[in-house]
Amino acid sequence: MNRRSFLSRAALTPVAVGAWVGGAAYQATSQTAPRRIAIKASKFEFSPAEVSVERGSPVTLVITATDYAHGFNLSDFNVRRDLIPGKDVELTFTPDKAGRFVFACDNFCGDGHDDMSGVLIVREAPAGA
Amino acid sequence: MNDITEHGYSRRDFVKLAAVGGGVVFASALPGCAGIQQSTSGGAVNADFNFVQLSDIHWGYNNASVNPDFTGTLLKAIAAVNSLANKPDFVMFTGDLTHTTDDPKVRRMRLKEFREMASGINVPVRYMPGEHDAALDRGEAYQEFFGSAMHYTFDHKGIHFIVLDNTSDPAAILGDAQLQWLKTDLTAQKPEQPIVVFTHRPLFALAPQWDWATRDGGQAINLLMPFKNVTVFYGHIHNAHHHMTGHIGHHAAMSTMFPISPFGSMEKKTQLLWNAEKPYDGMGWRSIDAGGAAAPKWVDIALTKS
Ligand SMILES: [Cu+2]
Ligand SMILES: [Fe+2]
Repeated sequence: MNRRSFLSRAALTPVAVGAWVGGAAYQATSQTAPRRIAIKASKFEFSPAEVSVERGSPVTLVITATDYAHGFNLSDFNVRRDLIPGKDVELTFTPDKAGRFVFACDNFCGDGHDDMSGVLIVREAPAGA
Repeated sequence: MNDITEHGYSRRDFVKLAAVGGGVVFASALPGCAGIQQSTSGGAVNADFNFVQLSDIHWGYNNASVNPDFTGTLLKAIAAVNSLANKPDFVMFTGDLTHTTDDPKVRRMRLKEFREMASGINVPVRYMPGEHDAALDRGEAYQEFFGSAMHYTFDHKGIHFIVLDNTSDPAAILGDAQLQWLKTDLTAQKPEQPIVVFTHRPLFALAPQWDWATRDGGQAINLLMPFKNVTVFYGHIHNAHHHMTGHIGHHAAMSTMFPISPFGSMEKKTQLLWNAEKPYDGMGWRSIDAGGAAAPKWVDIALTKS
């Protein structure tokens, strides 16, 4: 991509550019890529419904909605996104606190919507790791 | 008891309300509430009246382990409202009139049955949808039964009432068009104009992880902030819950169909099972004294057996 097309893209999609810059910085300082965890979202559950990660280690949730534009809201980490049926939506973040944190579908999707939720379990990193 | 008198209800009012169908009356303590009541305005207000909030009827719900009287609890609440000695000027239903269904025919049947039952109320009634009524078809069926307006305003005895729809969009938003409409409406109001807002979901982010939020609700709160006397009555969470954003009080009413665990009491949002020792525990409705130039005063009234 030449500089000019980069700039015009930057004007259009600041969010994507932020991720690109962040990604570049990340590669310069760390050897490990974020751990990728696949989650399926379908009426009316997330699968797996419990996901374990480590505090301080970046993680990418790869969430695929199968049947509806469900939402994914992990509000304790300010992570939310509209899901797109049939497409992988990637959410990368670094959990900075340990505990059990509920995530939920926040686009009303039908009969079982109120029970469509899961738990992100953030463990303390093992000592000396 | 002290909490109730603090909210402007005298002991005598309390006894009168308590006599309604043997109902138990309570008003939860709210920090800062006594303070806002004392605020006065220069507006010409003739607001000596009561109104009633009924919420989260969920007609069509049929889990007997949570509410074995699922066909009876709305009628109980209506009977209690109809027998109030101090007749309310109107009843406001704050959404989730019906329990959701993926079948559009069943949705219409439930809306129709609900409307028939609500027609037994002996004072004027106003409605708004909840996500169970409206989110799966953007309010199409709801509008067939209750008219096209899902957000609207009305003025009654000096109070400006605003009904906000944060449910017919499945994303739980008010949306830019409605926010613009609200802004225009508020531009015509004086800062001392008493305002009461009815909505279904909390406008503030009470618990987004339990889907207890309105994604753009903060924008509505910002638009309301310049007004000195604003109170929001909402539903959705099936709990009597009270919260302040600055000087604006947000009061969630109980459901007439099923109680939900208070946020923080359980990891996940959970319907609370029927307790034979305390039948109808956690189900109820709300009586509101419009409060004139001061803030409205509310009392949450639980359903009881007799
Ligand atoms: Cu609701
Ligand atoms: Fe509800």
